[in-house]
Order: sequence, then structure tokens, then C-alpha cells
Amino acid sequence: MQSYDIVVIGGGPAGLAAAIEAKKNGIDSILLVERDRELGGILQQCIHNGFGLHIFKEELTGPEYAEKFIVELRKLGIEYRLDTMVLEIRQDKVVTAINSEDGFMMLKAGAIILAMGCRERTRGAINIPGTRPAGVFTAGTAQRFVNMEGYIVGKKVVILGSGDIGLIMARRMTLEGAKVLAVAELMPFSGGLTRNIVQCLDDYNIPLLLSHTVTEIKGKDRVEGVVIAEVDENRNPIYGTEKFFECDTLLLSVGLIPENELTQNAGIEMDPITLGPVVNEAMETSVEGIFACGNVVQVHDLVDFVTEESRKAGRSAAKYIKKELKTKGLMVNTKPGKGIRYIVPQRIRLENLDKTLDLFMRVDNVYKDMDMVVSIDGKEINRVKKRHVAPGEIETVKIKREDIIALDYSVITVSFEKEGA
Amino acid sequence: MEMKKMVCIVCPLGCHIKISKDNDDYIVEGNKCPRGKEYAIKELTNPTRVLTTTVKIKNGLLNRLPVKTKEAIPKDKIYECMKIINSIEVEAPVTIGEVIVKDILNTGVDVVASRSM
Repeated sequence: MQSYDIVVIGGGPAGLAAAIEAKKNGIDSILLVERDRELGGILQQCIHNGFGLHIFKEELTGPEYAEKFIVELRKLGIEYRLDTMVLEIRQDKVVTAINSEDGFMMLKAGAIILAMGCRERTRGAINIPGTRPAGVFTAGTAQRFVNMEGYIVGKKVVILGSGDIGLIMARRMTLEGAKVLAVAELMPFSGGLTRNIVQCLDDYNIPLLLSHTVTEIKGKDRVEGVVIAEVDENRNPIYGTEKFFECDTLLLSVGLIPENELTQNAGIEMDPITLGPVVNEAMETSVEGIFACGNVVQVHDLVDFVTEESRKAGRSAAKYIKKELKTKGLMVNTKPGKGIRYIVPQRIRLENLDKTLDLFMRVDNVYKDMDMVVSIDGKEINRVKKRHVAPGEIETVKIKREDIIALDYSVITVSFEKEGA
Repeated sequence: MEMKKMVCIVCPLGCHIKISKDNDDYIVEGNKCPRGKEYAIKELTNPTRVLTTTVKIKNGLLNRLPVKTKEAIPKDKIYECMKIINSIEVEAPVTIGEVIVKDILNTGVDVVASRSM
């Protein structure tokens, strides 16, 4: 059995950053495994700009952002295998993988870094009624067809879901000559960034229909149209508001799901809200020596944050190999309070903290003029004013190490309260 | 008097701004900071955007090469630029940053490859 100090699963932004950081922290025996024909992951199809503002202080396109890391990975001489599918990981850190050159392989790893990313929710995940014609795509699939393969997927398009990929594809299809009739959004607010609503929809006069959904897909061989209806506050379609939109294509931008089959099959503890593994301050999962980072842990809105999180996982895995990661000492949990859906990391071993603890979380609604309150076992330790928060944007809070006065199994809670309450 | 409504994208607050021209002065309402005023005036007088798209590529790993305008170009020139870019075919190998169209539509801005292939 071949063995490596660290095996990284996934060659997108998370895997690339984690492998590079592990190497820079003194680990030479690293293998990165990627199932696609090239490195870079989803960035290669995200040809629009806006990546890298935090990490590189400039606006890059997806491929440019990826290339910086791919070049560095090669320069550092990190081994990687393309077209290679990981079939299984085990708690004893044996990785089973397969490709057409090496065949079936079992690799013994000192540590594993999970960086498999996420995938799109499909029509099946949201159960849109109607016929099953050609012309229904997830927005990301359409993006790959248009930007990499050179196929325009349709000429008259309706988009369901106003997540960033949906907005970006509304502009992209328009630029390539298609007519985008509307973007329908189930919620009363968009899940996408404001700049994307302005630059992808407003710029091209594409209507955004908030509190609307597709109630039926029509067409035999090809999509012939969709029915869009308004929804009430419980997100149920309102009878009598149905309108028919004649179109040949429906794009779905209805959410992303972390891709965790390998994680779950290995018996790693999962968070039912993030749908990713539960991780600690070192981005380590419930199994010692198995780390996770990027969209496999939580769906991020900015790749820059994926890079930061993955660098932490790479550093931690290197520490683990060098036996510098502390496993003893006080352990506290984080718990989402009012207004918050989840917090990452879920567990914190205080011994491993440097000067600060960074918490990442997502809110459950749009709020204005709120206080973000951090408390330990009910005692307030920090309060930050927030003028505007939305579920589409990850919130962060920094807590000073010295402010964390805790017992074993203490609970750190973050919640949103009305200003000054 | 011309009046325009827009959403500011300088920060995540997303102020709804109204801008109108009064003689030589601009009246901006709804912005919570000076950056919003600056944004609104630029959007009214000379809105620009970075254009990102693809060109055909021969003998490459993929059928399309991603490209971008190196700087922002006037918004009203986007469709004309698309026409020019769509008429082009390049051949691999291409290096990231390589100029694909020089000074597109006399904007002074080059269209460059945004990856190597």
C-alpha cells in the first residue's frame, strides 16, 4: 500500500490551498486527488470577475484565481492525480481510489483533508410538477456548457432562484444572445449579492420576481414554457396568480449541498444544518486526523473565505503530522442563538487557539440595526452593532482568547438582538 | 430634470439612491455615506463595467478560452464588444494575460486571456 503523510481529496480552491499550506508548513509527502480532467474545480467555469478581493486585493476572474494556486502547487512540486475518483475513506485513514491508469488503489494516509466541495440542488430536490422535457438545467451545468464546452443551452430562458450563480447566468445568457424573461425567487429577498443583482439583472432590464416560484413545467420533448405563481408568507403558491411564460429553457439556481457521501460513509459526525461535517477550531472532523475545509463544510459565498479556511486546515493537518496539535484540555461547543442558523466551528479546544477565535455563521433572515451578541454559558462577553445582515452573506465575529473564560463543555452562543436590548 | 433610481453596490448595505441633475449640480438622496454619492454620479454620467466572456480556441483542452477586458469599459459598448470578441478564434497554447484584442473599439482597453490553455 502506498502511503502519504497527507492525502487531500479534491483539487478545487479548498484542496489547492490546503495542500499548498501543508507543504509550506513542512510536510513533503502530500498527494492531491482530483476527479476532473484538470485542477481548479468550479472556478474554471466561473469566468466572471470579483474573486480575490480579500486575498489578493484585486478583482480576478475564477480561472485567474485558480491559476495562481495551480502554478504555486506545481512550483512546490506537490504530487497530484487527475481523473481519479475516491471511492471510500476509512477511519484508519485508508483512502480507496480508482483511475484508468493506476486502476484500483489503496492509499495509507497520516492525515486526510476533505475538500470535495458541493453540488447543486436539482429539479428533483424541489419537486417541480409538470412534464419532463429537455431544457431544464441547473445554472452551474448551463455555465459549464456555455463557458467551457461552447454550447448555448437555450434561447428563451426563465431562471428559478436568485442565488449568485442564477444571477451570473442571467447576464451570461443575455450576452450570448439569449433572452432571459425573468428570475423568479421563492423568498421575499434575493440570496445573491447586491452587486450581482445590479450588474447582472438591472443592467440588462431582467425582472426579478420576489416571492414567486415555478409551479409547472410544460413541453413534451423540449421545454415549451413554465408557469410562475406568487407565493404567500408560508411560501405556498397563491391560487389565481399563475402566469405562463413561453420559453425553451429553465435554469435552476436553488441552492448548493455539500458533497459528503465519503464523509458520511466513514461515520464522521455531521451537522444537520450545514450538511457538512462537525469541525473544531483546527478544521478537524470528529475523527482525529481527518480534516475538512471549503464548501464541503459549509457553503461559502466568497472563494477568498474558502481559501482562508482551507489554509487553516492545511496548517492544522501539518501540525497533526508533526504531533503539535493538542488533543487534551478544555473543550467548548458553539451554539447558534436567536436569528442564527449555524456556527462553524462547532467545537473548540481552547489549548489550540492563538490570540483570537473566529466564528463563521449564517443568519436566518434579513435584519437591520441589530446587535450581534456573544455569550458564554449565558454571560455576555461581546456585542457588535450590525446595520444590515442577510442570509446571503456569511457573518463573522472575532473573540479574544483572554475573553473566553470557560469550563469544559461550556457553550458559546451568538445571537441577534434588537439594538440596545 | 432627469431623475434616476439605483441601488448602491459600494458596500453590503445596498442603499436605494435617487439622483437628479439640477443645473450643473447633482442632487443625490438616500445614500448613507459620501461613497454612495460618488457611485451614483459615476453611474449616471459614465457607467463602466469589466466585460468577461469567452472566445473560440483551437487545439485547446476546452472549446472556449475565457477572456476579460483588462479595465472597465463604457457600459453602452458591451454588446458591440461582444460582436467583435465572438468573431475571433485563437489557437492554443495561450498564456494567461496574453492580449486577444488590442484596444477594443478604441476604448484604450485590451481584451486579455484569463487563463492559460
